[in-house]
Amino acid sequence: MAKTLAEKVWDAHVVRRVEGEPDLLYIDLHLTHEVTSPQAFDGLRGAGRPVRRPDLTLSTEDHNVPTFDIDKPIADPISRAQVEALRINADEFGVPIFSLGNIEQGIVHVVGPQLGLTQPGMTVVCGDSHTSTHGAFGALAFGIGTSEVEHVLATQTLPLKPFKTMAIEIEGTLPDGVTSKDIILAVIAKIGTGGGQGYVLEYRGEAIRALSMEARMTVCNMSIEAGARAGLIAPDQITFDYLEGREHAPKGADWDAAVEYWKTLVTDDDATFDAVVTLDASTLSPFVTWGTNPGQGLPLSASVPSPDDARDENERVSIERALEYMGLTAGTPMKEIAVDTVFIGSCTNGRIEDLREAAAVFDGRQVAETVTAIVVPGSVRVRLQAEAEGLDKIFTAAGVEWRNAGCSMCLAMNADKVAPGKRSASTSNRNFEGRQGPGSRTHLVSPQVAAATAVAGHLASPADLVASNA
Amino acid sequence: MEKFTVHTGHALPLRRSNVDTDQIIPAEYLKRISRHGFEDALFAAWRKDPDFILNNSDYADVSILIAGPDFGTGSSREHAVWALQDYGFKVVLSSRFADIFRGNSGKIGLLTAVVDEAVIEQLWAIVEADPQAEVTVDLPSREVRVGDLVASFDVDDYTAWRLIEGLDDIGLTLRHEELITEFEANRPAWLPTTR
Ligand code: SF4
Repeated sequence: MAKTLAEKVWDAHVVRRVEGEPDLLYIDLHLTHEVTSPQAFDGLRGAGRPVRRPDLTLSTEDHNVPTFDIDKPIADPISRAQVEALRINADEFGVPIFSLGNIEQGIVHVVGPQLGLTQPGMTVVCGDSHTSTHGAFGALAFGIGTSEVEHVLATQTLPLKPFKTMAIEIEGTLPDGVTSKDIILAVIAKIGTGGGQGYVLEYRGEAIRALSMEARMTVCNMSIEAGARAGLIAPDQITFDYLEGREHAPKGADWDAAVEYWKTLVTDDDATFDAVVTLDASTLSPFVTWGTNPGQGLPLSASVPSPDDARDENERVSIERALEYMGLTAGTPMKEIAVDTVFIGSCTNGRIEDLREAAAVFDGRQVAETVTAIVVPGSVRVRLQAEAEGLDKIFTAAGVEWRNAGCSMCLAMNADKVAPGKRSASTSNRNFEGRQGPGSRTHLVSPQVAAATAVAGHLASPADLVASNA
Repeated sequence: MEKFTVHTGHALPLRRSNVDTDQIIPAEYLKRISRHGFEDALFAAWRKDPDFILNNSDYADVSILIAGPDFGTGSSREHAVWALQDYGFKVVLSSRFADIFRGNSGKIGLLTAVVDEAVIEQLWAIVEADPQAEVTVDLPSREVRVGDLVASFDVDDYTAWRLIEGLDDIGLTLRHEELITEFEANRPAWLPTTR
């Protein structure tokens, strides 16, 4: 029977299938971090259960860790308690851990891929909704709750009901200055924050095939913001080239056997999706959110929408609330919105390519006096690579703070927060009320737009800087 | 986990759609490492507003939440379910739930019952007019009843069975441990380990 990619990966992991019950799926890789795991380990301890496969489990410290003064004890007592609990649990249950100070430490979704732990056709889970990032390799990767974390720790499996499949076809080629972040923001604006509910999205088409692995990760990362459980992209030569030689990638004869299998991981020509959405890449432009969910986005050249544009009463109320929270007036051109803070980082856009793109914009320019800008690499490895390339020098010369690896200002769990009432342009993935700190106002953007905004002092693309310099 | 069959209690009308898990429990509360005591964290940001419905003393002892569409979107944090349960909620009614939230709820005994949007409107009207209205949620017959209103709700059979029996997930799976061991023996050798 013809199958989609997601169905192939699913079927290859069924441990037990019984009519009327969820399938029991085997999990190839279980990533854990300090926030969603303590209660799961607690549960195991209470029931006297061991971790079934510590060798398929990995812990990193990312959400809570500070991005400066990392040689000092974590100042916040609760953050410190969570991180310490993770260390104790990892030690007690024999799970490998990358702690603060380890060269492999970083955001869980940056660390897995860069070590070659995420491979095509695998099932990957983590107690974090942006686990969908790993789908960029053709893996079935999704976020789980803490009780599921406990379940995977105890059994290395999960009982799951099959997802529906949705094809997101992005045909054509992207115009200059338009990135994978703009693709995914446009997709979410099109289908809505609930549009992907119950689905695994498969991103397809010419524009997706042309993306690097890092850009593909940015797209898959935000699948969850469209409500989808997971998002994936069929592996191809770009995937294999990225993986070859990485620490945990197969070697020698194993590599050949793996590649041969990975090449079968494509949606069959005659397979059908439960839903199909198409987008023409050539019509896209830099995208930015104006509201308080990732679906409330527009081209940067547009203006703040009005509640009168709503299609129904619910949407009208939601626009009104968002405008009030964001402190915006309908009709204001997006490019006239001044920002106070710029954050470049997170599991969406904290990889080396993202930092290169931001650095190219900052090179020879200065951050506006009214703006505080920070760049936070997604992992220690990314930080070292950036420093080897001299990107840190470009950032600091432009007046941008250069930090240590972690989730940082993506969410308000560590010392990095947007101040109440302040406005940020952020390369992260969520613009919910209070996400970057109580009262913070977030505009989601690509690394290029973030950098250009830092320089201009208001939402801007690199092209706007060139125009105003000329 | 506790068995769930029929529950009767007072209901809170939450006239908001797209209530994401950051609103149900803000990230700052996720730092705790215990499993209980999250009642203060529930809707913490909104509760700072004295006019927020949860601060209304008419709704002091609610156990059923009647919410707008797309409840539980956003972050996968299970703390959202704990906060609702610790506060005393046994049931959330909505016309649409986010998948992860729904999954998390069913596994630890919070019933997420899907009803038509029109029913939500009716329920809102009833419990707004009379906060003391007794609302009954009957899982075996999949009905919500209040006064003359009788409406059916959706919940998948498997989750319903689990809730009614009060069954824990891990114990269920470990009944099939030999199948897991067999599967492991056949995994390709090239697959990575974290060591
Ligand atoms: S960077 Fe943000 S979205 Fe990504 S794992 Fe960290 S907190 Fe979650």
